[in-house]
Amino acid sequence: MTSAVSILPGPQLAALNAAYRRAVARKRLNVMLGGAVFCVALVIAGIGAEVNVRTLFTYFGNFVSYFDRIFTLDTGARVWTDSGEWLWGWQKWLRMLGETILISYVGTLIGAVLAFGANFFAADNTSPAPWLRFVVRRLLEFARTVPGIVFALIFVIAFGLGPMAGVLAIAIHSTGALGKQFSELVENADMKPVEGVRSTGASWLSCMRFAVLPQVAAGYAGYALLRFEINVREASVMGFVGAGGIGQELVVAIRKFYYSDVSAILLMIIITVFCIDIGTGWVRARLFGKDARI
Amino acid sequence: MSQVPAPDHRELRARYPQVFDRPASARLATPLVLLLAVGIFAFGLVDLEFSPARLLAGLHQLGWISLMMVPPDPGPSLPIYLKALGETLSIALLGTTLAAVLALPVSLLAARNIVPSSLLRFPVRRMFDSIRGVDTLIWALVWINVVGLGPFAGVLAIAVSDFGSFGKLFSEAIEGADKKQVEGIRASGGNALHEIRFGLMPQVLPVIAGQVLYFIESNTRSATIIGIVGAGGIGLQLAEQIRVLEWQKVSFLILMILVAVAAIDWISGKLRSAIIGQRAVA
Repeated sequence: MTSAVSILPGPQLAALNAAYRRAVARKRLNVMLGGAVFCVALVIAGIGAEVNVRTLFTYFGNFVSYFDRIFTLDTGARVWTDSGEWLWGWQKWLRMLGETILISYVGTLIGAVLAFGANFFAADNTSPAPWLRFVVRRLLEFARTVPGIVFALIFVIAFGLGPMAGVLAIAIHSTGALGKQFSELVENADMKPVEGVRSTGASWLSCMRFAVLPQVAAGYAGYALLRFEINVREASVMGFVGAGGIGQELVVAIRKFYYSDVSAILLMIIITVFCIDIGTGWVRARLFGKDARI
Repeated sequence: MSQVPAPDHRELRARYPQVFDRPASARLATPLVLLLAVGIFAFGLVDLEFSPARLLAGLHQLGWISLMMVPPDPGPSLPIYLKALGETLSIALLGTTLAAVLALPVSLLAARNIVPSSLLRFPVRRMFDSIRGVDTLIWALVWINVVGLGPFAGVLAIAVSDFGSFGKLFSEAIEGADKKQVEGIRASGGNALHEIRFGLMPQVLPVIAGQVLYFIESNTRSATIIGIVGAGGIGLQLAEQIRVLEWQKVSFLILMILVAVAAIDWISGKLRSAIIGQRAVA
């Protein structure tokens, strides 16, 4: 039986082969050029960031021994041998963690409400006027791009030390992030219900309420929950600049070398973040069904 | 003209009980959840010491601050700020690259289709989760204790915290890869390393490259703030100027950050579409 693959005559094949090799060579050249540019960028960045490989090697032992030290009590024993001594401040820390979660909850809720107010103006398909869309979008972009902790630094000066500055900083940052995500949901919404509602003579507000909102409400809740999760992490460092929460305790422990406290607080933060992740995951599963992901 | 018969309410009720006679628990669930949410919110406002007087005084203060911010003016320290911005970009680039290089081999251990034993996979995944649970700023503080103040601590902080995120993302990308190509390599006699190199990597690398680019972008943002705790870059200048209330310099620095982030967004957007375009052709 002859093979079904027909072999082209020699000269024709040679031409095709040459073309193929040229194409491969060009691609390889592109990749190599890209790699070279990347390496040069890395070297420049290394000089800019004062990277010193010798320092790293000299001090890498410190990094390992740092973890050794934070898991050692003042008495020299390992932390897990005496959990009462290790977690001596658990009541205070739990209270601070509660405050952290509350900061992120209140901040996320304020942010979600503001984003809800803004998102219909920012979405392409529902915005009443182009200039309004432009203004709202730029505002959201600003709120999103300036890091939350920078807002916190400024708010600490304006509103005084304490959790209020943290809440407002998280609220503004969440407004920016959620506003964008919400408006993208609205842009993906089906416009036929809107036409249906408008054909009955409804106002813009009624169109949004009865045609768009029912389609996107669950998505809003999902994104807000996700943002809450992110904000718990963010709120855990707000204390670094004096804006409330567990960060205050942590930064004191790290700066003053209270080694075993560092590991205790970190452990409690990590457990809290886990619990929040699992909890919001559960709520999301209830909202969207088991395997839905946004 | 045809007449639509009047609906028989009793029959409709009987036919659609889930619409007309929802159980009390289902009808009460939404208001109860809302009430709970508002209740926690109100409790939070009280517990976190919100008061209208403080809010008004703060807003007043904030108004003053915003007024003093215009016009943005770097004063004589523009070269210092430009250098700091360069430092920030370097931190983002190096930190992300380092994290990606370190995370790629380890993420293989966390992928179900590479390591079938969940006993081995579980600790690796939990390690990624724990690293991600700790914020970049905290890692920065830790590394400052180890290598001293300066941008190098920032690079290492970004590298470690991204290592956790990359580990998770990469292993998900690997799990999502098509099995047929790996089987093809095995059928033609390749060993496990060949399977990874020729069956898996060509599928996974474009996805990973896209994610790394995205992270360089988002790390530009992170790198601007790790300076606040002393790990180099523009955040150091920003925190200093805020503390000494030099608002014109503050607004200039914020503008610099916004412009830099927008520029990086634009560049990485171009690069990403170039990479995805390559994948579509290949």
